[in-house]
Amino acid sequence: MSKAKEFVQKKETKIIKGNVAAAYAAKSARVQVISAYPITPQTTVVEKLSEFVDGGLMPGTQYIRVESEHSVMASVIGASIAGTRTFTATSGQGLFYMNEMIHWAAGTRLPIVTTIASRGAAPPWNIWADFSDVINARDTGWMSAFCATHQEIYDEILMSYKVCEDHDVLLPKFVAYGGFILSHTSKPVILEDQDLVDQYLPPLPDEKGWPQIFIDPDRPMMHGNLIMPSGFYSEFRMKIQDTLMKSKEKIKVATKEFEKIFGRSYGNGLVEEYHMDDADVGIIIYGDLALQMEQAIDDLREEGYKVGMTKLRHYRPFPTEDIIEVAKKVEVLGVMDRGTAFGSPTGGPVSSDVLASLYNTGITTKILPMMAGIGGREVNVEQQKEEIKTLIKMKETGELPDNLIHGTLWDGILEVK
Amino acid sequence: MDLNKSETDVENTWCPGCGNFAILQAVKKSIPKLEEKGIKRSDIVMTAGIGCHAKIFDYLNLSGVYSLHGRDIATIQGIKIANPDLKVITFSGDGNGMGEGFAHTMFAAKRNMDMTMVLHHNDVYALTTGQFTPLTEKGWKGPSTPKGSFEDPFNALLMILIAGGTFIARCYSGELNHLTETIIKAIEHKGFSFIEVIQPAVSYHAWTEYKDKMEFLENEPSNFEEALLAIRKNHKFTLGTFYNSKKPVYHEQLYGEHNPITKKVTQEKRIQKLEKILNNL
Ligand SMILES: Cc1ncc(C[n+]2csc(CCOP(=O)(O)OP(=O)(O)O)c2C)c(N)n1
Ligand code: SF4
Ligand SMILES: [Mg+2]
Repeated sequence: MSKAKEFVQKKETKIIKGNVAAAYAAKSARVQVISAYPITPQTTVVEKLSEFVDGGLMPGTQYIRVESEHSVMASVIGASIAGTRTFTATSGQGLFYMNEMIHWAAGTRLPIVTTIASRGAAPPWNIWADFSDVINARDTGWMSAFCATHQEIYDEILMSYKVCEDHDVLLPKFVAYGGFILSHTSKPVILEDQDLVDQYLPPLPDEKGWPQIFIDPDRPMMHGNLIMPSGFYSEFRMKIQDTLMKSKEKIKVATKEFEKIFGRSYGNGLVEEYHMDDADVGIIIYGDLALQMEQAIDDLREEGYKVGMTKLRHYRPFPTEDIIEVAKKVEVLGVMDRGTAFGSPTGGPVSSDVLASLYNTGITTKILPMMAGIGGREVNVEQQKEEIKTLIKMKETGELPDNLIHGTLWDGILEVK
Repeated sequence: MDLNKSETDVENTWCPGCGNFAILQAVKKSIPKLEEKGIKRSDIVMTAGIGCHAKIFDYLNLSGVYSLHGRDIATIQGIKIANPDLKVITFSGDGNGMGEGFAHTMFAAKRNMDMTMVLHHNDVYALTTGQFTPLTEKGWKGPSTPKGSFEDPFNALLMILIAGGTFIARCYSGELNHLTETIIKAIEHKGFSFIEVIQPAVSYHAWTEYKDKMEFLENEPSNFEEALLAIRKNHKFTLGTFYNSKKPVYHEQLYGEHNPITKKVTQEKRIQKLEKILNNL
């Protein structure tokens, strides 16, 4: 094998941290420009990538070290518009600080992939798992996915480039996973053969080109000009919504194709069901808590309960149609959020969306909005079993639990004086 | 909150030998001395950014705001403008104050905001495990620059001088008395006072990298031109006050002797003013 070929990683399994899996995925995707600013718990993603780039393991990749997250997204936008595959990563406050540029990236339809090692919002200062950061970017036009395992981080990043760079999509995407719980723990991760990844992903932009968005000296164009209300502003906005809705199908296809090439499956891409078909009580859950919930479901099944769960893989676009089907299957459905949507109908972002999805469908399934693990508060399997048992009791008695806070069960909450 | 104690009960998590201990110590020692000069402890308000340096906020028993990375400098200006009677001080890291919060630092100096900024200069983003900062010498091999950074650093004192700061000093965490005296002078100074404290982060830099290199300015400059020369000529290991001058401060230019909190305008006065305007129409 040639020396150059040696640089290119072969399919292998490495025991690595979630953050390192994200860095390997960026390497496998042959991203051309990376820009990043360190923040706990994301830091080791960018450190690993620095190591790859400075060590010559990512020939052709430029790494821009800037002074803030705002500059990170701004420089990645520039690199993307100039015609490269780009990558960045951040967490919590870093994502909040990027916000202005986040809107810009989606508005100008750039396929930037950004991983989020999710953490709670300050104040009080918090660096532990909580998806409020990525959820805060909900209305920006970005797609967003949650990962439950280390392998899923690697895989989802590859699938994301596939979807984002589809000419009919051209939108950016967040790939989020729980800070520390996945970012800093180690598990075996299969790193795919470079040739297979190249086969799966679209050719790099400079190999193919995206006529819609590139600045190309042969085809001068401007981005971001002022549009009067009578101009095409509304239409640009409508198109983002239209594209996000249509991207559901693209996500499904990309997930299926991924399964065909690499042999790992993630439901239909939008949701992944676990023992839902014969269940009469179910829960919708996302992120690493979903992985642990599988254990709780297994345990309760052994005890004879017909329970199941649905892992929400994509938050934007929201899989309304799948949620309706899931809700039809059970009599009682819990929706567990690890993240807050203050002032919304339930206080939980996903539970609010689930309720909205079921409006006018005639479905009579009882929904219980739930919250757990906020700001990294520990949630163990026993606790999750109790959460499901609460739902079972609801089914048996037909009554809501009596300890709800504005209609939502905040599990594991301490008494506040 | 009982301000009688100078330190809180929060467990200290700095590494043994960290230069931040000296800064904490110096601030604690300066407070009683400021009290002797008539400054009330309850009138001293602090903010801190995010980083190892900022943990000083948890340990110092003063009121204030544990802000966001880089934003402490803007928050403290808001506090000062709302209540100019307060003595305000912000603790910033070299990443925090010269990177993410750089624009706030420059504008605070430009406005000659009456505040003190302590810049904990340890040459790394210490809390996020040792990446180069805007002040790190070229060539530093950190986790984000395994081959060495290739950017020239800022000279913090030079930038503050040019931006408009009126008290500019450099201290070293190994020179506690000088540090304490300078903190007192800076807090007493009316205008933007800036102290760059060379503070080894022992997890990344040994004290020996600093200890023997330190020297004091022989003659403190007496005007802008001299300060400019001294700051450019003397490398980062020269300690002392490089600039100390007078210029109108922001809040006085904004509203003279007024204080929106202690000298609230009554409704009666507001109506009187309005009537005057209307009568003149
Ligand atoms: C918006 C934002 N970005 C990034 C971070 C992560 N972060 C925390 S401390 C720090 C660097 C600290 O360096 P410095 O200011 O020099 O302080 P030190 O730890 O060296 O005292 C960074 C990047 C953050 N908290 N917020
Ligand atoms: S890492 Fe450096 S700055 Fe932070 S506590 Fe340790 S010695 Fe101090
Ligand atoms: Mg520092």
